[in-house]
Amino acid sequence: MSKKLFTYNHDRSLFPEKGQDGKPNIDLSSHKFMKIWHGPQHPGITGNMSLELTLQGDEVMDCETHVGYLHRGFEKLMERRKYIQCFPIVCRVAVPEPDFNEYCFASAMEELAGIQIPENAVWLRNLVLEMSRLQSYLMWIGGQAGSLGQGIIGQWSLYCRDLVLDRFEELTGGRIYHMYIIPGGVRGNLPDGFLKRMEETLQIIESFMKDIKKVMFNNAVFKKRTVEMGVIEKDWIYKYGITGPNARATGIAKDVRKDYPYLKYPDLDFEPVTSEYSDIYNRADVRRRDLLLSIDLIRQILAKIPLKGDIRAKTPNVLHWKVPSGETYSRAECTRGEYGYYLVSDGSEYPRRVNVRGPSYTHAVALLEDMIINENIADVAGLMVSLHTYPPEIER
Amino acid sequence: MGKINDILSPFTAWKHVVNKPVTIKDPVSRIAADRYRGFHKNNLEKCIGCGTCESICQNAAIDMVPVEGIETKHGDSGLRPRIDYGRCCWCALCVDICTTNSLSMSNEYIWIDEDPEVFRFVPGAEKKSWDTRQAGWQKPSDNYELYDPQRVKMGELSPEIRHDSFVEIVQGFSKEQAIAEADRCVECGICTATCPAHMGIPEYIKAIRNDNLDQGLKILYETNPLPEICGRICTHKCETVCSVGHHGEPLSIRWLKRYIADQNPADKYKEILNQGNIDDKGKKIAIIGAGPSGLSAAYYLSLMGYSCTIFEKLPQAGGMMRYGIPEYRLPYDQLDKDINYILSLGVDIKYNATVGKDITLEQLHNDYDAVYTGTGLHSGRSTRIHGTEHKNVYQAVDLLRDVSLGKEIPVAEKIVVIGGGNVAMDITRTIARLQKQKYGKVQVIATSLESEEEMPADREEIVEAREEMAIIEPGWGPVEIIIENDKITGLKVNKCLSVFDEERRFNPKFDKENQKIFPADMVIESIGQGADLSYITESFKENLEMDQRGRIIVDKHFQTSLKWFFAGGDIIQGPDVITSIANGHKAAIGIDKFINRNS
Ligand code: SF4
Ligand code: SF4
Ligand code: SF4
Repeated sequence: MSKKLFTYNHDRSLFPEKGQDGKPNIDLSSHKFMKIWHGPQHPGITGNMSLELTLQGDEVMDCETHVGYLHRGFEKLMERRKYIQCFPIVCRVAVPEPDFNEYCFASAMEELAGIQIPENAVWLRNLVLEMSRLQSYLMWIGGQAGSLGQGIIGQWSLYCRDLVLDRFEELTGGRIYHMYIIPGGVRGNLPDGFLKRMEETLQIIESFMKDIKKVMFNNAVFKKRTVEMGVIEKDWIYKYGITGPNARATGIAKDVRKDYPYLKYPDLDFEPVTSEYSDIYNRADVRRRDLLLSIDLIRQILAKIPLKGDIRAKTPNVLHWKVPSGETYSRAECTRGEYGYYLVSDGSEYPRRVNVRGPSYTHAVALLEDMIINENIADVAGLMVSLHTYPPEIER
Repeated sequence: MGKINDILSPFTAWKHVVNKPVTIKDPVSRIAADRYRGFHKNNLEKCIGCGTCESICQNAAIDMVPVEGIETKHGDSGLRPRIDYGRCCWCALCVDICTTNSLSMSNEYIWIDEDPEVFRFVPGAEKKSWDTRQAGWQKPSDNYELYDPQRVKMGELSPEIRHDSFVEIVQGFSKEQAIAEADRCVECGICTATCPAHMGIPEYIKAIRNDNLDQGLKILYETNPLPEICGRICTHKCETVCSVGHHGEPLSIRWLKRYIADQNPADKYKEILNQGNIDDKGKKIAIIGAGPSGLSAAYYLSLMGYSCTIFEKLPQAGGMMRYGIPEYRLPYDQLDKDINYILSLGVDIKYNATVGKDITLEQLHNDYDAVYTGTGLHSGRSTRIHGTEHKNVYQAVDLLRDVSLGKEIPVAEKIVVIGGGNVAMDITRTIARLQKQKYGKVQVIATSLESEEEMPADREEIVEAREEMAIIEPGWGPVEIIIENDKITGLKVNKCLSVFDEERRFNPKFDKENQKIFPADMVIESIGQGADLSYITESFKENLEMDQRGRIIVDKHFQTSLKWFFAGGDIIQGPDVITSIANGHKAAIGIDKFINRNS
């Protein structure tokens, strides 16, 4: 009985023939197909992005991704801003996880300028990046559950995220855009009592994560809709340039924190979280465990962080800071994978070129278009969230 | 088993049914964190309107606007930042860079109004409920600086090396030092507004940063043809107001100017400034006195095509710059570098030519199209206390002049200098050197009416004088010079309680009970100088407007009531070199206007 209830049979006989290019011959005038727009507002991702879907019945035959709804031209804008003026801009590139932008931009600049930031600031940067990962996963997990119809998870996880934002607020002065990792260092030491409040926050999150495991992961419906769904094959990883949990779920331990150690990661004890098989379920589970790893890392950092000390290196006057000419690529592991800034300086007060490598571009444009074929329309949102996409970083 | 568990497990969510919902958080009465970046606050008394906040704001959210009740004055543009919350992204960079730390943010972030216009206001000027809040973003502590508040240290000869010689003390910046110092400038222009000559300070500082010293020199000469000199001895009013000095040390503007001039060799000036091929206007201007104002007038007039002749009473040009300022502050070769360039433009100069004696003003009036006078203040004023008629009482200006002329001056073993200005410091330090050479030890006391804080001399002059073993005794009023057996034995002084009254008028108050005698065999007076205008004969004086104190009245172009006669420099304003230079420049423009109108 239960078997029948959850079984869905693809009837391949109804499918259009494939043409020579391997793509199905879609003849819209045959009235066998339907085009619908999934987006730009939809439950699949945080931010605006559209999928132009061609359906036959409820099955996706073809998909074209459309971006551009969030284009703010930041990369270009920065070419007309002094370096310090780029600092408040970069965080806006990826709204839900701004700190990686701040870090990559600042560290690229510091590398070109040959600036060593104070030890204390290195620890604080590390802390902020892990806090950012934590809150970003908390937001994602609500989306993943919500896209498959589970509202309660999002309510819990966004509550937990709010607690992390409270900590961000007291440390950085902002909840969403922290503008904390400034070229040359950071903008503040830990406030009094921060360690205690952070520990309380972590414990609340841990307790909710236990519930989430029970309610979301040990859940027949969730499993039915995610196991064996949206599989990413191991050999696609390098073909598409897949990184982060999407890649690690296939068993490849790709993690910038280990592969190209930065900040204090060499001093922290951790192993990249992996799984054997990258379907939606396992990807979700890798993220869940990565979230718990983040909690662990935050504890490790807070145990070692110096509680006071200088927070910013001596730099040239920011109003006319000329970065020596050269180019560099600075990267970090964000929740979606490898985040990077490619910075070119011509030696003037303005960056010549800033290029942001957000992992969402790879995952949500190239990969998604191929993965989504033959999936059921009802699974599209869940599949999209399982790639963990932040459209603003696609459109810089 | 696993399957059954997967069906039952989700029901554990029900345990939260007895808990308070996590989704209810109150955003209205919630108090934001102490560091929250909310609406701005500004302490308008502290703010100087430098506009640095405006320059850093990448959103152009800040406009500098006039505010009622705030006047433009030296060191304050009179403008205040107005913030447009339609543009502001709450980055607080404006707070972090604020040169006076007047700007901060409150932790208030909720404000609802139907009128979009209200979200653009001048913090501090329009009262807001959050103005008094303590919490909110402040500039971070812990060595967080967006520009370096500390000066690059200037190399100086140590007191031991310099105390018996007249070698220049300040060594000047190296290229690295100059660029590092220039980097500190926030380009606000507060200094330009205060500089009497309105020199393009942020512009030439920028030229230093860009290592474009040709351009730097051009900028200097736009408003000041004596940069080597000013780069050494200018009273640097600009530095007193420099924004960076509000929480740190002001830019070393004077040394930076000197750096540009020092780095450009004299023989390159012609090529860099490229001022050849000036059309001769066929008009002649006579200039009385080759001091800073006369030289400046000559320079700018020559550039306009006038042929200028300077009449100088002394054997060399420079006026007070040569005959008043000791060589350890302003070496003669540097003085000559500036003067020679001006003379190279075709300015004719007659030395040892005293107007009123060797040639009359009348003759100048007849032979030239206009006359400019900048004869300065060369006669020392006396305290007129009992004993000043004694032969061992001297005037500082006379002694300083004699030193420059290469004459030997009397140096007693114990000397007291009366005065607290720069001239007093100059003579004190000159005497200290001569005493060191002659007696191997220094016994000179400089005493001023003003307290240490009020002494008009530059701070570094006082410090350096002390380093050279001179004793500075501020806050004493001279009573009499004690003479026994026709010999000076000391100066009797009263404690001075205050120099000025409530209305800032000169009205010293003394404590007659508190008296002291400074031992001395010789006294030097340096309480100010007066002008010698005897060359303006009665026939001219009839029509020349003067104020009650005998100063010539001039208009903004330094034109007197005798239309052909212009006057500037210390006899009109100042006294200081840069004001004189500015006067000379303005007078040159005035003379040009006058001549154009008449021809
Ligand atoms: S930077 Fe500070 S002192 Fe300058 S105008 Fe702005 S608020 Fe005023
Ligand atoms: S907070 Fe940032 S955006 Fe707002 S006015 Fe200040 S500098 Fe401009
Ligand atoms: S020198 Fe000082 S006052 Fe002048 S522009 Fe630079 S910072 Fe402003």
